[in-house]
Amino acid sequence: MSEGIGASVTRKEDKKFLTGKGRYTDDINRPGQTHAYFVRSDVAHANIKSIDTKAASSADGVVAVYTGEDVVADGIGGPICGWVVPCRDGSATKEPPHPILANGKVRYVGDHVAVVIAETLAQAKSAAELVEVEYEELPAVVDLEKASSATEIHKEVPDNCYFDWELGDEASTDKALKSASRVVKLTVRNNRLVPNAMEPRAALAEYDDISESYTLHTTSQNPQLTRLVIAAFMFQIPESKLRVVAPDVGGGFGSKIYVYAEEAVCTWASKKINRPIKWTADRTQAFLSDAHGRDHINNVQLALDDNNKIVGLRVDTICNLGSYLSAFAVSVPTYLHGTLLSGVYDIPAIYTNVKGMATTTAPVDAYRGAGRPEATYLLERTMDAAAREIGMDPTEFRRLNFIPKDAFPYQTQVALQYDTGDYEPQLDKAMEMIDYKNFETRRSEAAKRGMYRGIGVSTYIEACGIAPSAVAGALGSRVGLYESASVRVDPTGTITVFTGAHSHGQGHATTFAQIVSEKLGVPLANVDLIHGDSEKNSFGMGTYGSRSLAVGGAALVKALDKVIEKSKKIAAHLMEASVEDVEFKEGKFAVAGTDKEKAFGEIALAAYVPHNYPHETLEPGLEESAFYDPLNFTYPSGAHIAEVEVDPATGVVKVVDWAACDDFGNLINPMIVEGQVHGGIAQGIGQALLEDAHYDENGQLLTASYMDYCMPRADDLPSFKVGYTNTPCTHNDLGVKGCGEAGAIASPPAIINAIIDALSPLGVTDMSMPATPQKVWKAIQDSQSIAAE
Amino acid sequence: MEIKDSYKLPLSKERVWAALNDEDFLKKSIPWCEKLERRSETELAAEVKLKIGPMSTRFTGSITLSDIDPPNGYTITGSGKGGIAGAASGSAKVKLVEDKDTTSTTLSYEVSAQVKGKIAQLGSRLIQSTAKKLSKNFFGSFVKQLEDMDKLK
Repeated sequence: MSEGIGASVTRKEDKKFLTGKGRYTDDINRPGQTHAYFVRSDVAHANIKSIDTKAASSADGVVAVYTGEDVVADGIGGPICGWVVPCRDGSATKEPPHPILANGKVRYVGDHVAVVIAETLAQAKSAAELVEVEYEELPAVVDLEKASSATEIHKEVPDNCYFDWELGDEASTDKALKSASRVVKLTVRNNRLVPNAMEPRAALAEYDDISESYTLHTTSQNPQLTRLVIAAFMFQIPESKLRVVAPDVGGGFGSKIYVYAEEAVCTWASKKINRPIKWTADRTQAFLSDAHGRDHINNVQLALDDNNKIVGLRVDTICNLGSYLSAFAVSVPTYLHGTLLSGVYDIPAIYTNVKGMATTTAPVDAYRGAGRPEATYLLERTMDAAAREIGMDPTEFRRLNFIPKDAFPYQTQVALQYDTGDYEPQLDKAMEMIDYKNFETRRSEAAKRGMYRGIGVSTYIEACGIAPSAVAGALGSRVGLYESASVRVDPTGTITVFTGAHSHGQGHATTFAQIVSEKLGVPLANVDLIHGDSEKNSFGMGTYGSRSLAVGGAALVKALDKVIEKSKKIAAHLMEASVEDVEFKEGKFAVAGTDKEKAFGEIALAAYVPHNYPHETLEPGLEESAFYDPLNFTYPSGAHIAEVEVDPATGVVKVVDWAACDDFGNLINPMIVEGQVHGGIAQGIGQALLEDAHYDENGQLLTASYMDYCMPRADDLPSFKVGYTNTPCTHNDLGVKGCGEAGAIASPPAIINAIIDALSPLGVTDMSMPATPQKVWKAIQDSQSIAAE
Repeated sequence: MEIKDSYKLPLSKERVWAALNDEDFLKKSIPWCEKLERRSETELAAEVKLKIGPMSTRFTGSITLSDIDPPNGYTITGSGKGGIAGAASGSAKVKLVEDKDTTSTTLSYEVSAQVKGKIAQLGSRLIQSTAKKLSKNFFGSFVKQLEDMDKLK
């Protein structure tokens, strides 16, 4: 089938999005709609002495002004923590309350203090200026390394430490470090990022006082979970009284997984004023209050034996989780990070300790890759540092330590079992794609032009397809992580797929339809996808962690198998054959060994116009549902190689070439996969060279607009060379692994390794992210002044 | 943010000190100052209009004088609210030292300032240069006014 699995068909979504016909939350309006504007704290840490809303309440057009006191009076709770881990001392993760409007205290610049609801947005904004908040300022806590001895932020969180967690065998690891012939040490910082989805967060909340139910349209990657959390945990209303719809959503990258204060406040207030309320973040609000990403400091010790084989790895990490614990904040630096520390390498002893710290900055949670980029960065930087120390080619050193092909399934020392993989061919292919062996010629040629050219490798692995519910539960997840799918066949054979996954740029309408087309032999045009509406879709867990295809797609296959199974029974009845003799191939049901056959459409019609139907054994209709819970994580892996040129006069780093060879298992739509790889690498280049969320010592976010926070643009990127190897996933029917995060995981260390390689003739051995021109230029100057001494 | 600078003024220490304590004189020296009123010996109310990068903002706030050591200097502490643009606070230690020939005085100051809200988020890069430009303007017109007064005499 030309439209089925493996075909690079163009996206069904594109006509809508490319012609500006997307329908986002902010595009939806209701009669009588009001507008909300949030009064946010402009100090990082303070007790609220008083809030005077009198002037604001009587300002033009103002409908209502609410503060934390009103929230408390109505008994509305805050967002909950979706994942917790045990601490080393046996205590639990500290979970301080997270009020949706500040309750006596503010803990970061941007914290929600009050909401002003007015007839127009302009009126709400003007009135918000009239809300007088008197603060008693407390010291800001910004420096991650000093957070444990700084002012207490939550009384429930002693030493500002949410958790102190460990994984692996400390004794055997320390023994390996002690007896090793060489220990390579490196400290790296994973810079703090702002997710920057193109569409800022938004909400449109309405209350119907006849049915006593709420409807919330919001920018969510998992509307079902939003519904569950708001209804059951925050409002304590029957879940059926809240409908949550995530219509077209313009990117998420993790930042739209969580329930935020704003949509909950709008939903709550829509009943109080009995009018619809619209809220859309402006860009600065997004910078201040979207959950940020990364922000780790990792101390790494890698032990080698005489033959340069890795014998142990110890990683001590402190990570900044910000002012409140966001929904999956705890899982990111622990089970999505510590478990990946073996990388693609055979490491016999691993130990990691992670301290999750509170600071007076925005909450930090998952951002494209979530924990796995941090693990990959520290490991791949250390692999290069080790190769440099021992004077070995970094690709040879990696090869020496790869998990061998015949070792799968491979049990790591940090909980995961990799089902399948083959790492050498990936590296071989990437090296061939970028012409690794002739690199030194290119370096010399660049040197003649006065440029420093470098090459950097990153061989990564990630755990996707989140997640086997039982495993996730054992690791601290409070939710299951299965997925749902329903297939509704119309009487004429057209098909609607309902999925619990949510598409906000991934192209599910196309890829999910390709799976249906492949399985049922129907044209792509006959398949539609419905997602993102709690009223229409079965309960599902949404889209993040590169899970939609590996988990949601697998659920779809299960539902399709049920449709085929039932169709075979109908076909057998119509053709007066036994079910065992009915074969389904290329959209037709045939009786084996005969020329009798029925098209899929004929079976569908018979199911809905059941004049000739096996009523005694079968119900009419053709509609099936399935839930799928994966047996394991999936393990995409790959080799990325970056080539950069550094201009010593300006410190500007130009990424001049890129080869990516990934193993995502089977590909449903290679064109969409390639797009995901491109986008991921672009974000990784952003992290490595440009992006940095910076708070000053008073906790003011200094990078709160695109004037100060630099996003990657087309002219920062080379033309990527993308290739694949394939070891199909062994435990889902599609053999797929997931590709959404790979680029962002693999790329940052490749670039930094390339920059260090470029500047190594000058004696530069370290570079932190983002490698801005100023930082690179200074490293060059410092190395020259050392050389001059 | 810290700013340190000094100006050599061709005036006696007493003249400079008197001018530094004359709110009408000060107001005239601050072109962006819309209001400066003395509330007490040590308290003043101020309203200034500033342009920082993309933002034009009116700040209202209070100024307190402390460590008053006539005619050697004082500390000015102030905080102002700029509405939706945020807020600023800070203090300046001002010192006067008469030169040996007693015909000129060196005024030195050390400012430490904090900004909050939108000014920090959007204009932080511009604060230092804006503050430097403003202080240069201030001392420029401060001296010019004193000189003009001398000419009139």
